[in-house]
Amino acid sequence: MKKAIVFNKVKKNFGKLEALKGIDLTIEEGEFFALLGPNGAGKSTLINILAGLAKPSSGSIKVMGYDVIQDYQNARRSLGIVPQELVFDPFFNVREMLRFQAGYFGKGRENDDWIDEVIEGLDLQDKANTNMRMLSGGMKRRALIAQALVHKPPVIVLDEPTAGVDVELRKKLWQFIKKLNQKGHTIVLTTHYLEEAETLCSRVAMMDQGKIVALDKTKNLLKRFSAKNLNLRLDLKDKKIPTSIQKLMKNLDHHSISFLIEEIAEVEFIISELKKSKIKILDMELTNSDLENVFLKLTGSKK
Amino acid sequence: MTNFKTEFIGTWTLLKKELLRFWRVVFQTVAAPVITAVLYLLIFSHVLANHVKVYDNVEYTAFLIPGLIMMSLLQNAFANSSSSLIQSKVMGNIVFILLTPITYLQFFLAFLIASIVRGIFVGACIYSFALLYVDLPMLHPWVIFGFAIIGGALLGTFGIIAGIWAHRFDQMAAFQNFVIMPLSFLSGVFYSIHSLPPFWQKVSQLNPFFYMIDGFRYGFFGQSDVAPLLSLSIVTFFFIVLASITLGMLKSGYKLRS
Repeated sequence: MKKAIVFNKVKKNFGKLEALKGIDLTIEEGEFFALLGPNGAGKSTLINILAGLAKPSSGSIKVMGYDVIQDYQNARRSLGIVPQELVFDPFFNVREMLRFQAGYFGKGRENDDWIDEVIEGLDLQDKANTNMRMLSGGMKRRALIAQALVHKPPVIVLDEPTAGVDVELRKKLWQFIKKLNQKGHTIVLTTHYLEEAETLCSRVAMMDQGKIVALDKTKNLLKRFSAKNLNLRLDLKDKKIPTSIQKLMKNLDHHSISFLIEEIAEVEFIISELKKSKIKILDMELTNSDLENVFLKLTGSKK
Repeated sequence: MTNFKTEFIGTWTLLKKELLRFWRVVFQTVAAPVITAVLYLLIFSHVLANHVKVYDNVEYTAFLIPGLIMMSLLQNAFANSSSSLIQSKVMGNIVFILLTPITYLQFFLAFLIASIVRGIFVGACIYSFALLYVDLPMLHPWVIFGFAIIGGALLGTFGIIAGIWAHRFDQMAAFQNFVIMPLSFLSGVFYSIHSLPPFWQKVSQLNPFFYMIDGFRYGFFGQSDVAPLLSLSIVTFFFIVLASITLGMLKSGYKLRS
């Protein structure tokens, strides 16, 4: 099987800042792959180098076997990039813009059927002749995705595709992207919505501070870190959470609190500590590990 | 599909987009400069017609017109590439081009040709208006055409440099106000440089706009301050220098690819 993307010791420095500290990563053809990490981890820098928007300080990247610098034309023909920001050209409508975009890739009128298909697939028919300026944020996001698909790229990269998109549209987008994956397109996405990566992606790389800190099949990662979530709803009133259990705490949101549990004994400990402080437990739930736990473990950053 | 066809479609699409861009706002990009030039023509010819005599057998109003046409052509060629680039950079939509297999040469050609087309189109509109007003000879149409092309190309290229270099609108305005405007007003649009004191004649001779306007005017009247072939060589030299700088910038990805 062909390799869709091969990152080879990719480094990027901005002055003294090492944004990427040597990324080695291979993504196989047909994969649904997620690149996770907090803001500033280096995901977007990595995508920009892949797309040719930035140059690596050292190292190389190949897309479908084509080097993104030496053979940039073929590499870019193989890539469809959906940028993170909602950028658009205010002079044109959706269909014009899609035709232009296809034209830059050397596609002429023979490509119009495919453009219609993309417009339909993304539910943009009603807006095809609307100026980009007049579209809502969600519609602009769809138009951006359409734009990345006009030249039928085998590899599609979505940089935070669901940032600021409502739940309904998010579902639709994922259905569409899943369909593309089933048709054989390799999908790479960056996100910090961990649950999305968990349900969609077969493999996950986690980045932190310019390095890949974990790379595995999603289910293996989840297995490897058998931590559980303990979610509690508390009657806090004006009482404070005892300091002894604060370090296990992951999230505090009004009266519901989640803890990251590695051993079941910790559950007993938390409950007894709460009892000591006379905090009433209103509800309790123990859920299985998710990628967020894995991530917190790996990066050691607890909120 | 042959490689040539792909490259051709790519360049043509980018050119078409650039042309359509200024056509969508034709009031701002064509009508406005035409009105401005016509106003210059009406006012200056009215005020100066009986005071300035440049060439013996050419009346001042007629003398003025080629200069005004060329000045507007140059300014609009500059405005087209520079404002398109600064807008796409500020809006962020320049990535749509940067993500594609468009080469730096294709990029250059598309922006260059669009600039020439807009410049010549504005110039042609002013010419049509002027014909209503005054009889204008056209002794050497090919000279006129040649200077229009090379002038539009020079300023279109300069506009690409400005558009790539600037990253804010006020920097672009500075380019317009501190470079383009002085160069175009001190180029002999409104007078022959022979009427200037020797020092200012020398200064004018350093201004490439002067040669473009002088050569362009030769095409109409067969008279000029400098031999047209010399003007053409000087302008071509400037174009080659600026085009090399631009291609170097585009090839290296200067300010476009970090």
